[in-house]
Amino acid sequence: MGRSVRRDPGSDGAARVSTPLLEVQGLRKAYPGVVANDDVSFSARRGEVHALLGENGAGKSTLVKTVYGLLRPDDGRMQLDGRVYAPASPHDARQAGVAMVFQHFSLFEALDVAENVALGMEVPPPMRELATRIRDVSETYGLPLDPSRLVGTLSAGERQRVEIIRCLLQDPQVLIMDEPTSVLTPQEVAILFETLKRLRAEGKLILYISHKLEEIRALCDWATILRHGKVTGSCDPRQKSARELAETMVGSELALPAARTQDPGEVALSIAGLTAASGAAFGTELKNISLEVRRGEILGIGGVAGNGQDELLAALSGESRSAPDSILLGDLPIGSFGPNERRALGVLAAPEERLGHATAPDMNLIENAALSGRHRMRMVSRGFVNWRKARAHAEHVIKQFDVRVPGAGSVARSLSGGNLQKFVIGREILQQPDVLVVNQPTWGLDAAAAAAIRQSLLDLASQGAAVIVISQDLDELMEISTRFSALNEGRLSEPRDAAGLTLEEIGLMLGGAHDLEIGQGSSGPERAVGPGETVP
Amino acid sequence: MDLGSINPVLLIAALLLASTPILLAAMGELVVEKSGVLNLGVEGMMIVGAVAGFIVAVESGSPALGILAAAAAAALLALLFGVLTQVLLSNQVATGLGLTLFGLGISSLMGQGYVGIRPPTSPRLELPVLSDLPIAGPVLFSQHALVYLSLALVAGVWWFLRSTRSGLILRAVGESHEAAHALGYSVLGTRLAAIVFGGALAGLGGACLSLVIVPQWTEGMTAGRGWIALAIVVFGSWRAWRVLLGAYLFGGVSVLQLNLQAAGIAIPVELLSMSPYLITILVLVIISSDKRRAQANAPSSLGRTFHASG
Repeated sequence: MGRSVRRDPGSDGAARVSTPLLEVQGLRKAYPGVVANDDVSFSARRGEVHALLGENGAGKSTLVKTVYGLLRPDDGRMQLDGRVYAPASPHDARQAGVAMVFQHFSLFEALDVAENVALGMEVPPPMRELATRIRDVSETYGLPLDPSRLVGTLSAGERQRVEIIRCLLQDPQVLIMDEPTSVLTPQEVAILFETLKRLRAEGKLILYISHKLEEIRALCDWATILRHGKVTGSCDPRQKSARELAETMVGSELALPAARTQDPGEVALSIAGLTAASGAAFGTELKNISLEVRRGEILGIGGVAGNGQDELLAALSGESRSAPDSILLGDLPIGSFGPNERRALGVLAAPEERLGHATAPDMNLIENAALSGRHRMRMVSRGFVNWRKARAHAEHVIKQFDVRVPGAGSVARSLSGGNLQKFVIGREILQQPDVLVVNQPTWGLDAAAAAAIRQSLLDLASQGAAVIVISQDLDELMEISTRFSALNEGRLSEPRDAAGLTLEEIGLMLGGAHDLEIGQGSSGPERAVGPGETVP
Repeated sequence: MDLGSINPVLLIAALLLASTPILLAAMGELVVEKSGVLNLGVEGMMIVGAVAGFIVAVESGSPALGILAAAAAAALLALLFGVLTQVLLSNQVATGLGLTLFGLGISSLMGQGYVGIRPPTSPRLELPVLSDLPIAGPVLFSQHALVYLSLALVAGVWWFLRSTRSGLILRAVGESHEAAHALGYSVLGTRLAAIVFGGALAGLGGACLSLVIVPQWTEGMTAGRGWIALAIVVFGSWRAWRVLLGAYLFGGVSVLQLNLQAAGIAIPVELLSMSPYLITILVLVIISSDKRRAQANAPSSLGRTFHASG
């Protein structure tokens, strides 16, 4: 704590004169066909939350993986605390005082919290002592956690705590956070921000990757902006509007979705009293779900991951079947129908996991287009696939949804997350569904791609389809939903009109009431960051 | 029918020995599967161990050298599997099946000149004083050294997986190889070590068969024990003590049904012969019937190929 550098809150770039803790110079990393990092340079000080901002594929992840020793740069130098820093492995990085919280959690579900923490430490103490230390650190930083719980039973927010505590136990100088808020409720985000501010006050450097511009404006002291692997600018994000930041990042005008005007039509799909056990080991049982969705409306279903989202999608898509009458398409009972029968009737779904669930990773886009569209797009006759139609459909999706690939013959695995998601959503929308169910449609996507996908969902609804959007991104749901409902531990709350709801009310609907205690010195649950708002 | 001819003390002593090859092979496979690798070549590694141990014991006259050679030969075969599946990323199921076929073939080739020979006898480990105890003496304290070794290995594997850091890393690699890699652990190294260990234990199991139990070399003498070991690991839901139970149950029922056949009991021979398989699987299925808990203990990355990219 003694070495902490006090920050001058009103200062601008002039305050950045103190010596940098981490300095990156001319870093370059190339993969076959793409330069992920090209001559990237930046420096960051102690006691700073330093944002790395950029679109998908801008090279942020490559950059932090290099800093964490997972990748070796082709060229360039790094300095940590004035000394040459070239980690050959994460072990080296951890020993030098660099720790990382991953975007996709690097946790082991079948192991307990203490074992997971021990795996991330260089020289872990004996288990009993470790459990005590986990309790101590979790209390100090206001991150309650039970060391003996199996990680598979934890919520997304609690899992992130495991990762953070794992890092903190090593007393790092640099903490890298890759998209930390993408899976958290507003209350959990508030707790996380408290923790990060505390760490900043202790003089640690936090490298913070996010697409969420408002978050960066609220939390970060400095931002380095990347585009196509190059640094395109750096600024104090508090001095810029979210729109300005987005434009530097994307390089084009951000398309904000248009307002919706249509009145909802008749009920397209209804569920009554659906209860279903989960097929997965750590899944959530759906308990007495009832909902109605009308033509022309978007029903937004919020909730933190692991509260039954995957199970609800499976029940709607037909992957898990139920009593015939529990799901009605108009008047037709479809509960006992499988995915293909439902697809033929116009009930389409796009699951969350793009690779492996929504698409077959090693098949090309034409084949993947045929897999979901073969009934509705009449690609099959007498048992044979009409590949010309399938190719035309895939190419139509690629063109219409700006999927950036060399061609429709590329395999799904070779696409970046954002591009693949555009393909997955586009593939369903161009089949003109009567009911479309999507789970986490913009997860991990940059602002421009996310806006495009939201707009296409709005367009689909305005053409008279019923759309169900399951998402953890509340800003997104507020932006596009007509009505809003929340999943919590497998129960669905009564849907309410989205207009007029506040984030706070929603947070409570989500069951955010658990874990409200924030580290001492805080004044209760804070609103997550909304437009035009700053966190002191 | 003369059930009186079955001596329970001798029966239990025989059961411990008869179960040992399967127990050894199953403990090895347990460790391999916990690291996320499915090696279906257990049968092949066992029989290569059996023949290599037999040849070395006969040529050198030392059963101990034979047992070591059995472990080394099977470990070498396992290493071949490891290089193929972990380095060259071949399919684990196909490679494992290939390993079994290869092992059966090469063992009959190597063993051609050794059919009908008796190997040097390996004495029982008679613990002084203790082995003179009534009942417990013959059952517990006058067994072959491999029996004690196999029991020590059960305790050792259980302790290793539960309490040591290396065991934790091994479980972590089997649970999620991507996450283990991201934390900087060597997935390849961990898995190769586990595969070689599993091979060595399968080889010991084979040697136990050809040097102690039978003791003789005949082609295909493992007679499916490797497959039983594989099944016991899965039905025992990857827990060392359940695997022990499964192996002893199988060995016990096998010995008992032979005794019953000899005693001329009025049950068709076919039913008696299939009873060890039926009873073992039935019992293990019942104790592992909590599907969710069994799933939680199953290594999630089992059989999945890992390639460190980026």
